[in-house]
Amino acid sequence: MSPVTDNLDLYLDGFLTSLGICLWAMVGSLLLGVVIAACRVSPVPPLRAFGLFWVTTFRNTPLSLVLFFCAFGLPEVGINRSFYTFGVLGLVLYTSAFVAEAVRAGINSVPAGQAEASRSLGLTFAQSLRHVVLPQALRTVVPPLGSVIIAMFKNSAVVGAFGVGGDLWSTGQTLTSARGLETLPVFTGVALFYLAITLPAGGLLQLIERRVAIAR
Amino acid sequence: MSEPVLYDAQGPRARRRTLIGTVVGVLLLALLVFLVVRRLDDRGQFSMEKWGPLIDPSNEAFDAVWRLIREGIVNTIRAALIAMVLSVVLGTLIAVARLSLGRAGRIPLIGLVELFRGLPVVVLVYFGVRVLDDVGVDLRGLPGGQELWGLVIGLTAYNMVIFAEVVRAGVESLPRGQREGALATGLTNGQTMRIVLLPQAFRVMLPAIISQLVVVLKDTSLVTFVANYDELLSQGESIQRNLDNPIQTFVVIALIYIAINYTLGRIAQFIQARQARSGRVSRTTTTAATATAGPAHVGGGA
Repeated sequence: MSPVTDNLDLYLDGFLTSLGICLWAMVGSLLLGVVIAACRVSPVPPLRAFGLFWVTTFRNTPLSLVLFFCAFGLPEVGINRSFYTFGVLGLVLYTSAFVAEAVRAGINSVPAGQAEASRSLGLTFAQSLRHVVLPQALRTVVPPLGSVIIAMFKNSAVVGAFGVGGDLWSTGQTLTSARGLETLPVFTGVALFYLAITLPAGGLLQLIERRVAIAR
Repeated sequence: MSEPVLYDAQGPRARRRTLIGTVVGVLLLALLVFLVVRRLDDRGQFSMEKWGPLIDPSNEAFDAVWRLIREGIVNTIRAALIAMVLSVVLGTLIAVARLSLGRAGRIPLIGLVELFRGLPVVVLVYFGVRVLDDVGVDLRGLPGGQELWGLVIGLTAYNMVIFAEVVRAGVESLPRGQREGALATGLTNGQTMRIVLLPQAFRVMLPAIISQLVVVLKDTSLVTFVANYDELLSQGESIQRNLDNPIQTFVVIALIYIAINYTLGRIAQFIQARQARSGRVSRTTTTAATATAGPAHVGGGA
């Protein structure tokens, strides 16, 4: 394992860059995803159609294709940014569709009877949303959103492979191609760093899931 | 919620407000579309020079371009199907082993599942294509070549553990009486699993299997970053490099992916709806199996 321990600082740098990509993409995709979900459930038909179009497009397209489109397509129409920005943008667009579906499923999972009951008790619109519907919707949304975010961290490897540079995947590439180190130990190291995030995150998610589960 | 139960029926003023909101929303959307279209037009992105090779059969490059795309589709589907079949078979074996072994035997299997599930698919594909080759595993003799099998191994490593979880959830969601009844009629443990439990679990899992096929199809494109295997995205990449029309080519490639994957998704939905209607698979069973498949579907996406 010496190729890993010798280059631990490079690995750590890569790890932090990967985390950074994810943090940006997380903020972006959560915001965009909620907007898309709002479109999906809105009473306005064109907005609903737009939401459906968005979700269908990005859920059925490979992330790598979305990234290619951003990096090669956008400069054609005069949008020139760094690969890093294009990478984050691609990840945001792709992930937002999954976020939107998770949020929508959460909203739809609250049985209509809950809202009806709170209304018939005399709660106003705002009160029944705040005290009855949203608390239940949020609990249902947390576990699937968690899996989406974990998947997004893993997908940041695709953004790296696509050529952002400096992230975990690129560290592996640099060490093997530029320095000629063996692929097996180097990429085992890369794999371990990914596991260092995904395994604890998965465990944490299960814990949260058990905590917030609603008995129905 | 189909009917608005959260607020009282709207009066004329509130209805007018909603209408204004609707109009504003639609106008904003139209403005967005207009801006995008105008930008594309300004940059000459609607010219036949860019689109011709893709949509005009009389264009000299048309035949070559579509031959490349057809090859790409075939290669993508081939890799996905092989990986899928292997994943289902190996996943079932892992699940059966995990269900039948005692506590001690189960731990390494849980480790295996957690390990492969926690890794990015692109890293697994890299291991399949590059690392296996470097440590002396020679896949070149296999029909289809080293890139195909490296990709298949990477995809299988990830998806078999996803299926192991789906199968396990499927079997565990069956009513206890099924197993007890089978054992009571004198079937051995193995026979119970093979003749009674697995066939029922597979019925429930069918939608999950099809949904996962979508993920596998998308993930075949990851090989672009690792090796030269002429699947759909790689073909698109070389087409746009030669014709200098990235937007047009990638739109066409995306439409092909969407057409295939959307169809598969609808088939999965259809089967699931039919199962939920017919009483033969109980409702709870269906939801249990899809609930496990849900995150897997999301988790795979790349």
